[in-house]
Amino acid sequence: MNDLFTYTLRLGDDALIAAQRTAEWIAAAPQLEEDVALGNIGLDQLGQARSLLQYAGQLEGAGRSEDDLAYFRDEREFTNVQLVELPNGDFAATMARLLYFATYQHLLYEELRGCADETLAGVAGKAVKEVAYHVDHATQWVLRLGDGTEESHRRMQAGLDAMWPYTAELFASDDLVRRLDVAVDPSTLEEEWLRRVTQVIEESTCSMPTSSYQHSGGRQGRHSEHLGYLLAELQHIARSHPGAQW
Amino acid sequence: MLALMDSFQATIDADGRIEPRDAMPEGYRKTLIRQIAQHAHSEIIGMQPEGNWISRTPSLRRKAILMAKVQDEAGHGLYLYAAAETLGVDRAELLDLLHAGKQKYSSIFNYPTLTWADIGAIGWLVDGAAIVNQVPLCRCSYGPYARAMVRVCKEESFHQRQGFEILHTLCNGTEAQKAMAQDALDRWWWPSLMMFGPPDASSTHSEQSMAWGIKRHSNDELRQRFVDMTVPQADVLGIRVPDDGLRYDEETGHYSFTQPDFTELYEVVKGNGPCNEQRLAHRVKAHEDGAWVREAAAAYAGKQAQKKASAA
Amino acid sequence: MSGSGSLIEPLWEVFVRSRRGLSHVHVGSLHAPDATMALRNARDVYTRRQEGVSIWVVPAADITASSPDEKDEFFDPAGDKVYRHPTFYQVPEGVDHL
Repeated sequence: MNDLFTYTLRLGDDALIAAQRTAEWIAAAPQLEEDVALGNIGLDQLGQARSLLQYAGQLEGAGRSEDDLAYFRDEREFTNVQLVELPNGDFAATMARLLYFATYQHLLYEELRGCADETLAGVAGKAVKEVAYHVDHATQWVLRLGDGTEESHRRMQAGLDAMWPYTAELFASDDLVRRLDVAVDPSTLEEEWLRRVTQVIEESTCSMPTSSYQHSGGRQGRHSEHLGYLLAELQHIARSHPGAQW
Repeated sequence: MLALMDSFQATIDADGRIEPRDAMPEGYRKTLIRQIAQHAHSEIIGMQPEGNWISRTPSLRRKAILMAKVQDEAGHGLYLYAAAETLGVDRAELLDLLHAGKQKYSSIFNYPTLTWADIGAIGWLVDGAAIVNQVPLCRCSYGPYARAMVRVCKEESFHQRQGFEILHTLCNGTEAQKAMAQDALDRWWWPSLMMFGPPDASSTHSEQSMAWGIKRHSNDELRQRFVDMTVPQADVLGIRVPDDGLRYDEETGHYSFTQPDFTELYEVVKGNGPCNEQRLAHRVKAHEDGAWVREAAAAYAGKQAQKKASAA
Repeated sequence: MSGSGSLIEPLWEVFVRSRRGLSHVHVGSLHAPDATMALRNARDVYTRRQEGVSIWVVPAADITASSPDEKDEFFDPAGDKVYRHPTFYQVPEGVDHL
C-alpha cells in the first residue's frame, strides 16, 4: 500500500508543480488567446494534481488531505521530476517543456488508464484527453516558432536544448515501479516518446538537442534550487495560519 | 443617407438594436468604441491584481477557482474587443492606445491586492459593482456590445459568489482571518463606490449616452443600487462598512451613505493611483515580450500559405 | 511602442454547434495567424464551459454580407412572413429542443 502511495504522490507532484509554473503565464502571455489557452492547460494540470494528491492522502491513511500534502511538505519530500520545477524561461522554453512533459504524460496515462487500480485508471482516463490537447498545443507552437522567423527559430532551438537535460529523469526506472503491479515502468515509454518528440522537432526545422548530460534526483527529493522558492510562494499563507480553513 | 439616419433614430426610439453595418451617427460610433475599449481594457488589466495571488492561494481549490476567474477575464476582454471591432477598429490599435496611456481602464485596478482577503473583496465588491453596471448593458442599443455583455454577465455570476464565499470563510475563521476580511472591506469600500463614476451632476458623457440607449441608468442610481445590495451582505459577514454616515431610511427603503472622495478618483484617473504605472508597465512588457511570438506565427502562416499555393 | 508590437493578425468569425442536431451559431470573433490556431483558440475562448461539440472558424474578410442600403429590396418582401423564422418566436431561457 505504501508503494502505491509513493507512486501516486510522484504523479501528483509532477502535475502540481507543472500547474504552478503554467499559471505564471496568466496575464503575461504573448497574446490574449494564449492567456486563455494556458489557463486551460494549467487548470487541467491542477485538476490532475488535486485528484492524485487526494487519492494519495487516502492511500496513506494518515488523514492528510490534498492541501496537507501540497502545503505542508518541505522541498525534500516533493518527488516531482526537476523538469517541471524549472523556471518558465521565454515562451519557446515553456513550449519545449510542455512538448516533452505532455508527450510523456500522454503515453503514461494511456497505459495507466487500463491499470488494475480503479481510481488511478479513472484519473488517467480523464487526464489522457486533457494532455492530448496539451501535446497538440505545444506541437502547434513548436512548429510555428521553429519555422517562423530567424529569432523565433533561435529561441525555439535554445528552449529545446535547455529543457533536454531534464528529460531522461522522466523515464528513470527504479525498484518501486518494477515492484508495483499497478505502476507503469516509465522506461518502457521512452522509445515511443523519442519517436514522437523527434518528429515534431524535425518538422519544426530545429535540430535534436545533443547534450548528453542528464540531471536526476527529483524522485528522491533532490531538486534544483528553484523548487524551494516555488514552494515558499505556494505555501506561505497556508503555513502562516496553521489549522485555518480557507 | 438622411433616411438611413432617420431609421437609426427610429430604431433607438423603438428600443431596437443597432447592428454593425447600420448607418449611425459618428458620435454614437465614437462613444461606443471609447466605452467598449475601456471596458475591454479593464478586463485585461483587471487580470493583474487577482493574478497577483494565483501562485499564493491558501488551498488548491482556491487556486483552481482563481485561475478560472482570471482566465475568464481574458476571455471577457476578448469578447469585448471583438464587439469593438465590429465598429471598424482593430484590436491591435486599441491595445496600442491602451499601452500609450491614451485610453483608460477602470481605476479600481490601480489599487493593490495586499492580502488574501483582497481576493474575496474584489470578487464581492468589485465584481458586484461591475455586475450592477453591466446588467443594464445587456440591453444596450448596440447589438454586439449587448450580446457580449449577456455572455460576460452569465459567466461573472460565479465571480461574485466566490468572492463572498472567501470572505464568509474568513469571517468564520480565526481572529487573524476575520481582521484580514475587515481590513479588506475598509480599503476596498470607497474605491468600489467610485466605480460608478462621478456624481450625475458632473458626469460629462451621461446625457447623450442615455439618449442613445448606451447607458440605461445614471451613475448615482447605480451607486445607490450597489449600496442597497451590499450593506445587508456585510451584515451577514459580520464586518463593518467603514462609513459612519451609513443609515437605513425606512421611508425610502434605501440606505443613505457618505459619498466617496471623488478628488481621489480624479487623481487615480489622471495616473496618480498606487499601481497605475505598475499595471501599465506589466501589460506593455507582456505585449512587447510577446512580439517575436506573434511575428513568428504570422511568418509561419505566410510560409504555409505560400507552400499551399505553389503546390496547387 | 508601435511597429512590430501592433502586428495585425487576421480576424476570424467563430460559429459553435452547442449540441448535436443543432446548427452552428455565431458566437463572436478572435484573432489568429492561421486556421489551425484559430480553431484551437476558438475552442479555448468560446467553449470553456462545454458550450459546444463542433466549431467553425471563417476568415472575417471572406464573409459577404448584405448591405444596409439594400435593406428594403432584400428584406421587406419577407417582412410580412416573419412567422417563417423560428428566431422570431421568443424562447424562455433554459428551454431546449425547440
